[in-house]
Amino acid sequence: MSNDLSSPRRIERRVFLKGAGAATVTALTIGFEWAGSTPRAQALAARDSFAPFAPNAFVRIGADNSVTVISKHVELGQGAYTGLATVLADELDADWAQVRVESAPADATRYANLAFGKIQGTGGSSAIANSWLQLRDAGAKARAMLLSAAATEWHVPVGELTVDKSVIYHSASKRQASFGSLVKKASALPVPQTVQLKDPKDFKLIGQRLPRVDAAAKCDGTAQFTIDVEMPGMLVALLKRPPLFGGTVRSFDGAATLQVPGVVKIVQVPRGVAVVAKSFWAAKQGRDALKVAWDDSNAEKRSSAAMMDEFRRLADQPALPARKQGDAKKAIGDAARKISASFEFPYLAHAPMEPLAAVVKLDAKTCEIWTGDQFQTIDQMNAAHAAGLEPSQVSIHTLYGGGSFGRRANTVSDYIVEAVSIARAYGADGTPIKLQWTREDDIHGGFYRPMYFHKLEAGLNAQNELTGWHHVIVGQSIMEGTIFAAGMKDGIDSTSVEGAANIAYAIPNIAVDLSTTKAGVPVLWWRVVGSSHTTFAVEAFIDQVAHAAGADPYTFRRKLLEHEPRMKAVLELAADKAGWTSGPLPKGRGRGIAVCEAFKSFVAQVAEVSVDEAGRVKVDRVVCAVDCGTAVNPDIIKAQMEGGIGFGLGAALYGAITLKDGRVEQSNFNDYRVLRMNEAPKVEVYIVPSTEKPTGVGEPGVAPVGPAVANAVFAATGKRVHVFPFANGEVARS
Amino acid sequence: MSITFFLNNQSTTLDADPNMPLLWAIREVAGLHGTKFGCGMAMCGACTLHLDGQAVRSCVMPLSAVSGRHVTTIEGLQSKQAKAVQSAWIDLQVPQCGYCQSGQIMSATALLETNSAPTDADIDGAMSGNICRCATYPRIRAAIHAAAQSAKA
Repeated sequence: MSNDLSSPRRIERRVFLKGAGAATVTALTIGFEWAGSTPRAQALAARDSFAPFAPNAFVRIGADNSVTVISKHVELGQGAYTGLATVLADELDADWAQVRVESAPADATRYANLAFGKIQGTGGSSAIANSWLQLRDAGAKARAMLLSAAATEWHVPVGELTVDKSVIYHSASKRQASFGSLVKKASALPVPQTVQLKDPKDFKLIGQRLPRVDAAAKCDGTAQFTIDVEMPGMLVALLKRPPLFGGTVRSFDGAATLQVPGVVKIVQVPRGVAVVAKSFWAAKQGRDALKVAWDDSNAEKRSSAAMMDEFRRLADQPALPARKQGDAKKAIGDAARKISASFEFPYLAHAPMEPLAAVVKLDAKTCEIWTGDQFQTIDQMNAAHAAGLEPSQVSIHTLYGGGSFGRRANTVSDYIVEAVSIARAYGADGTPIKLQWTREDDIHGGFYRPMYFHKLEAGLNAQNELTGWHHVIVGQSIMEGTIFAAGMKDGIDSTSVEGAANIAYAIPNIAVDLSTTKAGVPVLWWRVVGSSHTTFAVEAFIDQVAHAAGADPYTFRRKLLEHEPRMKAVLELAADKAGWTSGPLPKGRGRGIAVCEAFKSFVAQVAEVSVDEAGRVKVDRVVCAVDCGTAVNPDIIKAQMEGGIGFGLGAALYGAITLKDGRVEQSNFNDYRVLRMNEAPKVEVYIVPSTEKPTGVGEPGVAPVGPAVANAVFAATGKRVHVFPFANGEVARS
Repeated sequence: MSITFFLNNQSTTLDADPNMPLLWAIREVAGLHGTKFGCGMAMCGACTLHLDGQAVRSCVMPLSAVSGRHVTTIEGLQSKQAKAVQSAWIDLQVPQCGYCQSGQIMSATALLETNSAPTDADIDGAMSGNICRCATYPRIRAAIHAAAQSAKA
């Protein structure tokens, strides 16, 4: 990344994006572990008397006392900016009111996700977990240098100094100095090799309900998303893509398109034909007028119903073992009672509120990208390939993402590569081009949560103890064929079986098998990934087994979790807060429970539902207990549980992408239904106090709500739910 | 062709295709970006603004329809109710990704400007056209009740 202040182009850009606030990549970031020693740094310091103190890649302190935390993770709504800044600011003893956050540039050498290895990116609910020690260390080192600067200035031992809210005090001599006043001195000091981190009991910010750094800008319309980026001469592109996955362009007729006022150019790219225009409206009209003949010879032409038929057949065929413990087949064969069930899960679109968009400025030597970027290193590689450049020639300005839910963490960087391809086909002349997707593009665009079929069998002995468990999963692999395929072991994609292969219940004989299918439909991780279907299957089925054993579904689970203290604790907390033991609800209403471990966090939920005479399900209340280790910001954790519950519930009740002869049957929010205000339940969240290291919160809350609701529907109606989505499906039909 | 209307209380003339949806005229011609594009068919509410005080979906309204009328966007919110809504939104930490929140705030403000003490059913009626994929619904509901209280004071 170039950070050359003298470049007029950079200064120009800062003006254009003025007001972008935290999302703007400022030109003032100074290199890694800078201690004012390089000639360039000294020159900068000499020229700019406001040169900040930037002891490492994650923090910069200004002479004006501002503390800028550099976030290597994109802010997608999950609260990463606030949480990361909290972790660093606590060790720094910074004044929270002076803390701001800006996005890191794409640079894996400094900003890799430590959970991903050498890749910069956000996902797997890992932002806080992987940054926890890294940012505490960064904050503590900056603090140590500021203390050292004050001690030198006052000729007192460092040990006599205290720090509170960005001010250093020497009580004996009644002296004090703000961080800002020490910036110049601290910059000249060496960065300490090691530093003592705080005892958790001394945390001042971690564990507090600090307000989000992005809340105000998101309440007055000033928060900047990709769609809001404007630059002089910028053009807007819309891409016409093949109606079938795997289709390609045979030919196109752009005569009518070129008649639309504002249309500048039509360009063909690998993914379709793009209309480049002076405005969205011109590009949209131009695309509507464009005639494209498609070559469907290699396209996926099956219907999703036919694929599910095949999945059902495959569930009875030999499959690869994902877990084998004891002899499940024999245990079930010998059982006094056998229980079985199957579950069907559809393709799901992520449908983030912000339709995907990327701005690309490409010339012969550089490619600059502005987007709510989630996979910077992979996007750099893919963009470079599409541009005919080296990854080092690609820079990325990560803006706020208007939701993602996994959609932007794309191994082929689909929408970014499209934008780069369009800029290249346009002429790679430095013209900024914004590729804008419509909602129809999004719903039709693939990269769905895969479709799955699950088949389960269990055996109870004469004492009604669960002795055998056999779980077969059939579906498409997310990792196969991607750069993550190396992470697959013995043909098992862990994202297909997580939540099932690691089932926590104490069952002596367990077999979990996977049958991986192929389809031309691009698939991707969708919030909580494998557990979006496996937790449903496991938790709905264990409920059925409990019922068959004549046991209460809560106490049955609890007994099988004796050796899983954290999972058991969230189960007990949710049951207690929901009043599980207070007796059954009135007729037509029911209570259901489910528990899971996902991304190293533990979540249990109790749902209360009403089912009317027509079979319509209304979820009245969800009680959620979560153990995510140290709670960095309890209010954001609560928000993520509330949001995860709403996201998972919408999918369980209404969400499905279906294909008819290869064509996606849904197109917008009219037929791809998501949860709305009138369908949103009351949510209560309880956080288990913990001193363990922090674990994920963005995704785990999604997993238990579907099965908790289905189990509640059973309690209310005596009917089990086996096919997703179910609000207008099985319950109503039966 | 040019259309003249009041945009955030300022007489404004936009030279644009009269069939252009108001959303794109506001965003790309007038240059106000707080109003968002979400679905293009009045299904999600991200583009909600006020037309003569009523919450409307600007993505399906042609620019020509607002000639001579008053359009208010998130940038032009002034009323006591609007300020109460915005501060309740911050107090209760409603936004997550934030993309839908301009539209949510516009719908909530229009509700409170006509109904000073909305019930949960009133909130369902006024807000069910605004989708939030982060599902901030419980906080939106609580923030509307809080804003109703503070706007009364």
